Amino acid sequence: MSGVTTDTKAAAKAALAGGATDGGRPVLRLNGVRKSFNGVEVLKGISFDVNRHEVVALLGPSGSGKSTLMKCVNLLEQVDDGQIWLGDTDITDPRADQDRIRARIGVVFQQFNLFPHMTVLKNVTLAARKVHHWPKDKADARALELLDRIGMRAKAGAYPDQLSGGQQQRVAIARALMTDPELLLLDEITSALDPMLVGEVLTMVAELKEQGTTILMATHEMGFAHDAADRVVLLRGGVIAENGTPREVMDESQDPATREFFSHFRG
Amino acid sequence: MASATPAHGADGVAAAPAPVSDVELERRAYRRRQQYKSVAVSMVSTVVLALVIVVGLQLSPGWPHVRETFFSGEYFAKAFPEVLDGLWLNIRVLAVAVVGVAVFGTLIAMVRTSRSPIMFPLRALAALYTTVMRGIPMIVILYLIGFGIPGLQIVKGRIDPAILGTIAVIMGYSAYVAEVLRAGFDDVHPSQRASARSLGLTAGQTTRMIVIPQALRKVAPALMNDFISMQKDVGLISVLGAVDAVRAAQIEVASSYNFTPYVVASLLFILMSVPFILLNDWYSARLRKRELSGGTV
Repeated sequence: MSGVTTDTKAAAKAALAGGATDGGRPVLRLNGVRKSFNGVEVLKGISFDVNRHEVVALLGPSGSGKSTLMKCVNLLEQVDDGQIWLGDTDITDPRADQDRIRARIGVVFQQFNLFPHMTVLKNVTLAARKVHHWPKDKADARALELLDRIGMRAKAGAYPDQLSGGQQQRVAIARALMTDPELLLLDEITSALDPMLVGEVLTMVAELKEQGTTILMATHEMGFAHDAADRVVLLRGGVIAENGTPREVMDESQDPATREFFSHFRG
Repeated sequence: MASATPAHGADGVAAAPAPVSDVELERRAYRRRQQYKSVAVSMVSTVVLALVIVVGLQLSPGWPHVRETFFSGEYFAKAFPEVLDGLWLNIRVLAVAVVGVAVFGTLIAMVRTSRSPIMFPLRALAALYTTVMRGIPMIVILYLIGFGIPGLQIVKGRIDPAILGTIAVIMGYSAYVAEVLRAGFDDVHPSQRASARSLGLTAGQTTRMIVIPQALRKVAPALMNDFISMQKDVGLISVLGAVDAVRAAQIEVASSYNFTPYVVASLLFILMSVPFILLNDWYSARLRKRELSGGTV
């Protein structure tokens, strides 16, 4: 495992060095993002960055706009105002090629992730084969390597409903990573899992962080956000209430509402 | 990743066969007794119902006459070869119609579920088509196609009524099948589409590779049902004069005023549909079992 980690880290460093043209541009930049549904403003001007190799946890009570924000970043929802940049691309520009942008972002959803009529291997290789037009050998080799890394190689021929929830979610993460996306979006990926399976999925996310993957994750796992995130963005009522290190936001905030929110998760 | 080996959690439990306790043996014996009891009860109730029907028929004053008119052994034997010959035409019409309905029905369903603005006129047309076609009785569709198309005189000479009948069946049933398929497309969870789009698949690829295969699995029982219903409705082409099983029976009836040939035709149609009905039941049961065990498709 450690060998792979070192390789990937080296590769990530090389990518960083080679990417001098981006001038340290954040992988993801949100600027004044607004979104309403039926006249109710869910996002009231959200601005923050996700930098390269950074893990940012998006926290907040239900209805605070986390899911909507994730959907806007993934182009499943259209913003009403503001801009979202993925590297140099303004993804809110209606002239942008949406399919190509989506292919640059890896997404894992809460549930119903995998395609039930395809085997694990087919699920993982689908985008590489059909979107990036990799030859079958290359796609299969890469997929099997990924599955091997998450201990799922033996299940390559299985169908999703033959796997446990945790296994399915790990396969979904492998699928999202298949084509080396610039950004990995994890939208409450442990909400539908029982506590034991949660641990198994979070271990995998922690490893991705080790390997330098850039991650934006919406989560209710406060302990995990505290330990694994480089930065925590707390949403409340459609605005950013806090944006800082886990320690600053979760332990040291003086804001009464913030303290109240995190008090539910301590102990 | 030491924590995540393939044999994770409950999969890795080795089960050693334990000796069966007395309590369990007693429970099994009880369940067996209950089973014998329910078999006995169902047998008695079946015999009682059969008796009621038989006695009821025997007691009705017209029974001897009805038996002779509908269930005559002599006419049965006489009509059988002719009607069977006619059935062969029904089978051929059915085979062509199935392919036609599959293609045409899928096209309509795809148009109906399309979102692109350029498709708007087609979408409206498809909606009109399914509404109108499902409203017209099948026999009227047959008349309209069967006598309308020749009336246009596009083709010189006579068009085989079997061909016209096939076209009518395809047009009528495509409307039903399109609606079933459309329900199937809509029934695939939106997150599947979202999941596919987020991988970068185009809308078309998503429909083809993700939505249609799952939709077909979901609506398979309903489609089979339409197929079984179509299987008997191909007998309606007889109204156009094609000599199929029903028409052959009709010819026999006309010469004897004995209705047994219709019973022959019915029996043959039933025999033809039984395998598919059984197949449908089996598939539906399997699907339900999979759904109960937590599978999504």
